Amino acid sequence: MIEIHNIHKTFGDKKVLDGVSGVFETGKTNLLLGASGTGKSVLLKCIVGLIKPDIGSVTFDGTYFTNNKLDIRQEIRRKIGMLFQSSALFDSMTVEKNVEFPLKMLTPDMSKSERLDRVNFCLKRVGLEGANKKMPSELSGGMKKRVGIARAIAPNCTYLFCDEPNSGLDPLTALKIDKLIKEITEEYNITTIVVTHDMNSVIEIGDKIMFLYEGKKLWEGTRDDIMDTDIHELNEFIFANRLMRDAKKVEEREELEENERKSNQLK
Amino acid sequence: MLKHFGKYLLFMGSLVVRGESPRILFNRTIDEAILIGINSIMIVAIVSTFIGAVTCVQVSYNLTSALIPRSTIGFMVREMTILELAPTITSIVLAGKVGSNIAGGLGTMQITEQVDALEVMGINSASYLVLPKILASLFVFPMLVILAMFLSIAGGYVAGTATGALTAQEYITGIRDAFVPYNIVFALIKSVVFAFLISSLSSFRGYYTSGGALEVGAAGTTAVTNSVIAVLIADYVCAELLL
Repeated sequence: MIEIHNIHKTFGDKKVLDGVSGVFETGKTNLLLGASGTGKSVLLKCIVGLIKPDIGSVTFDGTYFTNNKLDIRQEIRRKIGMLFQSSALFDSMTVEKNVEFPLKMLTPDMSKSERLDRVNFCLKRVGLEGANKKMPSELSGGMKKRVGIARAIAPNCTYLFCDEPNSGLDPLTALKIDKLIKEITEEYNITTIVVTHDMNSVIEIGDKIMFLYEGKKLWEGTRDDIMDTDIHELNEFIFANRLMRDAKKVEEREELEENERKSNQLK
Repeated sequence: MLKHFGKYLLFMGSLVVRGESPRILFNRTIDEAILIGINSIMIVAIVSTFIGAVTCVQVSYNLTSALIPRSTIGFMVREMTILELAPTITSIVLAGKVGSNIAGGLGTMQITEQVDALEVMGINSASYLVLPKILASLFVFPMLVILAMFLSIAGGYVAGTATGALTAQEYITGIRDAFVPYNIVFALIKSVVFAFLISSLSSFRGYYTSGGALEVGAAGTTAVTNSVIAVLIADYVCAELLL
């Protein structure tokens, strides 16, 4: 379980986070939902310690993290797996080396054969068996995300953080990635936090959702409650998402009709 | 300016605060030494050979007096090469090649969140990525400078004898004349100082890159510019202090 308390963060004159508090439960997929620029990624980086909050604290399973001793922070960080928006795979390493890297660094007692077994297991778990020798530049966006997940879970992480795992992916691949995150969370009983602005993710995997608006937490609840809320900003966000999805559908239908017309003309 | 200097000092401090295990550091340093050293041999060889050749031709052009023995050309090529040209020009060439490579590599890692990925794993990214580059440079630069010294003198020999400016015997007499072994030590000390400046400044510029591809390019350019200026200033300081 991760608890955040009264997180504030300002960059220059811009207040990005304004007193955000909440609890992220173990074994559940916790979503940080909000439009672009509302501070979701900054909050995630504050939680993992990549950005230091101006005020506020983060606790991992009762252990204080923010401003604690370096050794304790490092110890907690070693239990964290993170999937970045850009996947952040090491370009100079193969898929196998990327997944093996945290094992090599964090578990020096592990033998090479044990490490390779674990790498193969993780790659199989994310559906990428046989991709060991590929370089990141040879992978599609979805495959990169899968390798990122495999790297995150390789050292048996207790906390999994995903920063917009669906960005840049087609709806089908996005759905597969969402489902994979959900399955892994339940299978290993880990605490997962996913940053997203995609309502599809909310419907598919959101066990618990925290809605951020202009750096503040406006709403918190489950996916069953989200449609019944009377928070104007959240309803506006849901409506905009629906409109976007409908517009996409119209666009796809028009494209299909155009293609059919062209093929008829050719006939 | 002072703010940047303070940030640079803090950055250097962060390299040693919570470093990785000696085994990892050793392996990474060897990898970096191969990257920096092997990949730079060709450019150092070409530049230093021609510098030696040009020095020989220009000295012989200026030595017109019949009272000065022709072996002086060999003597001057050796002195100029060992004291200045081999360590300084080699370092300036390496500032361009190695410095931009270090800054570009680290900058790209920074903007693609690879550095963040290391930090999240609990690894001191500065120590893991930068310290091996600095150690490898300290180890490899003096070797490249020794190679440059040898090839410069050889280049002078080829140019001098091929153009008929002096005989092989005169050149060899010249390069053996009044040899001061301390000059070699001085050149090697300079190469170590230059190696530290180039690798640390380039790493600093690359590590603190933010933004996109444009900023990575800018970081590479700034790294080279800063390194060259630092090398020239350090060259003067070393000469004042050590000669």
